[in-house]
Formats: sequence, C-alpha cells, structure tokens
Amino acid sequence: MDWGQIFTNAAGELLSPVTAAYALAAIGISVHFGYAGLLNFGQAGFMAIGAYAFVVPILSFDAPLWLAFLSAILASVLFAFLLGVPTLRLRADYLAIVTIASAEIVRYVVSTTGLTAVTGGATGLSGFNSGFTAINPFPDGVYGFGPWTYTENQLWIRVFGWSLVILASILVFLLMRSPWGRVVKGIREDEDAVRSLGKNIYAYKMQALILGGVLGSLAGVIYVLPRAVQPTNYGTTLTFFIWTMLLLGGAATVFGPIIGAMIFATLLTLSDSILRGLISADIITFISGTQAGQIRFMIIGAVLMLLVIFRPQGIFGNKKELSFNV
Amino acid sequence: MSDTIVTHPLVVGEVGPGCKKVDPIVVADNVTRTFGGLTAVDVAHVEIPRGAITALIGPNGAGKTTFFNLLTGFDKPNTGDWSFEGHSLARVPAFRVARKGMVRTFQLTKSLGRLSVLQNMLLGATKQPGENMFTALVKPLWRKREEEITAKAEELLARFSLDAKSDDYAASLSGGQRKLLEMARALMSDPVLVMLDEPMAGVNPALTQSLLGHIKQLKEEGMSVLFVEHDMHMVRHISDWVIVMAEGKVVAEGPPDTVMRDQAVIDAYLGAHHDTDLGEMTGANPVVEAKEAAAKVAAKKEGTV
Ligand SMILES: Nc1ncnc2c1ncn2[C@@H]1O[C@H](COP(=O)(O)OP(=O)(O)OP(=O)(O)O)[C@@H](O)[C@H]1O
Ligand SMILES: [Mg+2]
Repeated sequence: MDWGQIFTNAAGELLSPVTAAYALAAIGISVHFGYAGLLNFGQAGFMAIGAYAFVVPILSFDAPLWLAFLSAILASVLFAFLLGVPTLRLRADYLAIVTIASAEIVRYVVSTTGLTAVTGGATGLSGFNSGFTAINPFPDGVYGFGPWTYTENQLWIRVFGWSLVILASILVFLLMRSPWGRVVKGIREDEDAVRSLGKNIYAYKMQALILGGVLGSLAGVIYVLPRAVQPTNYGTTLTFFIWTMLLLGGAATVFGPIIGAMIFATLLTLSDSILRGLISADIITFISGTQAGQIRFMIIGAVLMLLVIFRPQGIFGNKKELSFNV
Repeated sequence: MSDTIVTHPLVVGEVGPGCKKVDPIVVADNVTRTFGGLTAVDVAHVEIPRGAITALIGPNGAGKTTFFNLLTGFDKPNTGDWSFEGHSLARVPAFRVARKGMVRTFQLTKSLGRLSVLQNMLLGATKQPGENMFTALVKPLWRKREEEITAKAEELLARFSLDAKSDDYAASLSGGQRKLLEMARALMSDPVLVMLDEPMAGVNPALTQSLLGHIKQLKEEGMSVLFVEHDMHMVRHISDWVIVMAEGKVVAEGPPDTVMRDQAVIDAYLGAHHDTDLGEMTGANPVVEAKEAAAKVAAKKEGTV
C-alpha cells in the first residue's frame, strides 16, 4: 500500500475543480437553507441545468464562451422561477418535495434517447472544452509543487473555479450583512412577523431561490469544464453530498461551505483510496472494490447523522443563530 | 338601559352596536369568516374612530383575533368589505396593508429570536433602500438611512426599557419583553393605525403602567390605536371607546363606563363579580368552593364504604 500516493491524491483533491464546484453549489444551498430557510433538495438539478445549458449551445450552435455562460445563468433563473412560482406561497416542505422531484425529472429528460442528438442521451456530451482552454492566460509549463503540481490548463481551470467561489462568497457576504439579508434572515424564522412589517415575503424568497440556483448552475459549469458531461452524475447523491458539506462547515456562514467542501472531498478520496489499498493488499478480504465504493456512502450517511445530532451548527456556525427547527 | 337616546362626541347619532363615527379610520361591512361549521366572525357593520384608543373586548373565542387577521390581510374572509382611510383594503395582501400604515402585533408573540433585538427593530423600518437586492450590495446607498433608523430604534428601545438588551438575540428575552419588542418594532414604521392583540398579557404591573403611558402617547402623536385586551382595568383606564364582540358579532359598543354597566356585556363577558377585587370575594371564591365540594364528595364516599 502506497501511503504517500494516497495522501498526495487526497491533498490534490483540496484544490481540484470538482471541490470548487462542490463549494460553489454549497454556497448556493447556504443562501437557500442557511439564510432564507428554503429547503432545496434539488441542487443537483440546478447543476445539471447549468452544465447542459452551458455545453449544448457550444456543441449545437457553436456559441461563444460568454454566451454559453449567459445561457447557463438564464436557464437556472428560469428553472428557479418555475420551481418557486407554485411553491413559495406554500409551507417550506412543498419546495423540498418539488425540488427533489424536479432534479430527477431534469436528469431523466437529459438522458432520454429521444434527445440524444442534443444532450447525448445516457452517454452525455464531451469535446466542448477547447473554447475554455483557448482563453487560458497562463503560458505553457508546469506550475506549483508537491501534490499541487499542475499543467497550464489544470492551473487555469483551478484559478477560474476558485475565483468564482471567492466572488460568490463576497457577494453573499455583502448581501447578508445588508438590510436585504436582514429581511431574508427574518423570513427564515417567521414569515408572518416579517409580512406584518410590510415586506413582500414572496419576492424575497424568489430572489433567494434564484440567487442560490444560479450559484448551483455555475457550479455545474465548473464541474464539467475539465471533463465531459455525464447525466448519471446528477442524481440525488450529489445533492446530499452538497448538503453534507454545508452542514459540516456550517450553514449561514461565509467559510462554512468552502471548508466543508474541502474536508468532504478530501475525506471522500482518502477513504476510497485507503479502502481500495487495504483490499488490494489483502488486508480486508471480505469485501470487493465495488463494495468499498458503497461502504463510503454508508459512512457518509452516518457522518451526516452524527453531525445533525451533535453539532447542528457545523464547524463555523453559531448555534444560537442556526439550529434545525426551520 | 333607559330609553333616552345616548350620544357621544365620537359618534354621529345614537350610540349602539355598529354606530356611525364622526371620523372613522376603518369601516367594515358584512365581514364573515367561517371555519367549517363554525362562524368565527360575523360583523354586520363596525367603524373604528380615528385619533382615539379603541378597545376590542369579548370572551375567549369571540373572534377578536380572527377579525384582526381579516382586517390586516392575514386571513381571507368569506364575505365582506372594509376600508382604511377611505381606501378599500379587502383581500389586499398583508404586506401591502402594513405599508398603508395599518400595523399589527400578534397575540402569540412573533419576535424573531435569531436576530438581535436591534435587528428586529430595524426590520420594522420602512424606506430602507438596502432592502432591495441590488442596492444592498453598495453600502453607501443605504448607510445613511441605516443610521437614521438605528437612532430611531435606540430611542424606541429606551422608551420600552429594552435598550440594555439591544445586542442580545431576541430569543433570550422573556415573554413580556418580547411583547414589548414586538410593539416597539411595530412603531418603527410610524403607523397610522396600531393594532395590538393583547399587548399586556404577561407584562408586569410596574411596566403595565408605563406601557399604558406609551399607548396614550401614541394617541397624542396622532396615531389611532385598536387593541384587544382582557384586563378590564386597562380597558377602563386608557380607552376612549370600547367595542364588545361575542360569538363573532359586535354586541355592544360605547365609552368604557357605559359599556361596563351594560347588562348584556356583564352577562356575556364580565361576570357578576367583575367590579370586586379577587381578595374581597370571600363568599364567592370558586377555588374554595371547589375544594369544599370535593371534600364533601370524599366524606360521602368514606361513609358508604
Ligand atoms: N385557524 C382556525 N381554524 C379553525 N378554527 C379557528 C381558527 N382560528 C380561530 N378559530 C375559531 O374561531 C373562533 C374565534 O377565535 P379567535 O382566535 O378569533 O378568538 P379570540 O376572540 O381572539 O379569543 P381569545 O380572547 O381567546 O384570544 C374560535 O372558536 C376558534 O376556535
Ligand atoms: Mg385572540
């Protein structure tokens, strides 16, 4: 078993584009659940919308990169609107049900064979990354050190992804310290109280839903930029990964989603490599490699439960401000 | 009552349930609300006088809170129309009602526990441009208004003896303090009509005195007040006008002394002993009576066994 390799892989995961995508999606959920009290269990749907709305225009219409980004943003605004219009006037649980179902609908729609010409069906889409690498400002070469050694293209996607994460964090920070954030945090707790003070609850909830959804959609773009689009990636598992990251770091905090994503992604890689290492070294003999992959998820489920029971506010959260009685 | 016609400076013509006011701020007609088979509110006509303190009293379940909810847009009526300052407000969403200057508090207090006391107050303010999502990003656009409303909030908090708690989470306040916070928060928007649902419930007697003073001061500042209250001393002490509801209907109204002498009101609500202090009611102490009755039953049982 090569422990050096295992830890190098795990450390590399800290700054990987996937981790950046996770962090961005978790910031989106933080806006939804942490600040506005909206239960969005369909963040994977928003990520899928972002990914497909970004890739399809490039492949089908030769759209320039900026237009592809705009398309991803607009598509998620529309999706948030569709989800919000019927549910935001109702109790919080309705949004939860609708989002979880809609995310699945999105996944099934993009993988139907009928749409293969556009979405690639079950195989997904690839070969759309050249536009992004073409605008790489970094000259050819090798950058970084140790586990964080990158080619110019690997560096570019990381710089781009994490810049988006930082920008999103600043945006959310600015919003949440403002009077807008005050109204949203009031709604999280008691809609009627805020309504009695003359605020249009529905409009605020819609704005929060859209903002978090757009962040989820951008996360979907970052997620696919260095690879291909795979419809199977956007299942409910992805949504619950992101929830775990958010709760781990602390909802309604600035650094919570980022640190939560980093810890989670690292642990995921670490546990996977260790389990596989132990199996290939014949130390663990009673399970196979594929089963090891499943066991990870059982461990994650248990971690999520323990977290909610013993530290509901996460690593950074303030217990007085946030607990689970939303 | 005698058959002489009773008049009052707030009223046009004769005083009685549904009587016309000289200068009404709210006029409601035919307002009904049913829950299944139960008619919670069935008000044929009622007018709330402007610039006065009006008490809405009635037994538990009379429909006072439901009527409040209807007027403020928190509940939808089965039938009915009402106007506020001459504009029809029936079926207008709650937040628009509040913006028009008709602000209410809740019987079950709704302070926002996970915001600080000061933040609760600031939420009550109006015309804060920073409440717009885009303006919110640029602090200079809303900083000045924030300073103004913070000063105002601090002044109100001092008035309600909550200034020491300003930075605490509202969840750490006691029940009575939350009532005070909710009332102070409602005043942040300079309302035209303040509607208080049992403002004194759970507030200690010493503070009640100063709260009464505050409510009177609201009137002096030109606001109209409509409040629901079960404490008859308070009703007698500060209200200019009393409206009595029972089983959803307005059954009596008039100035406090007259209403409290009205036999129908006494029967429906106040009870025979409403004028006596509990301490003086030696002969009619229900607790003692109940105990005595229980003792008799126990003695009988022992005899038979
Ligand atoms: N949401 C509801 N669903 C069903 N019945 C209701 C509802 N709200 C109120 N009621 C009924 O309507 C009637 C009036 O209730 P309401 O709360 O208005 O009384 P109230 O006069 O405010 O009483 P209290 O002095 O105890 O606060 C009661 O019989 C109550 O049971
Ligand atoms: Mg009531």
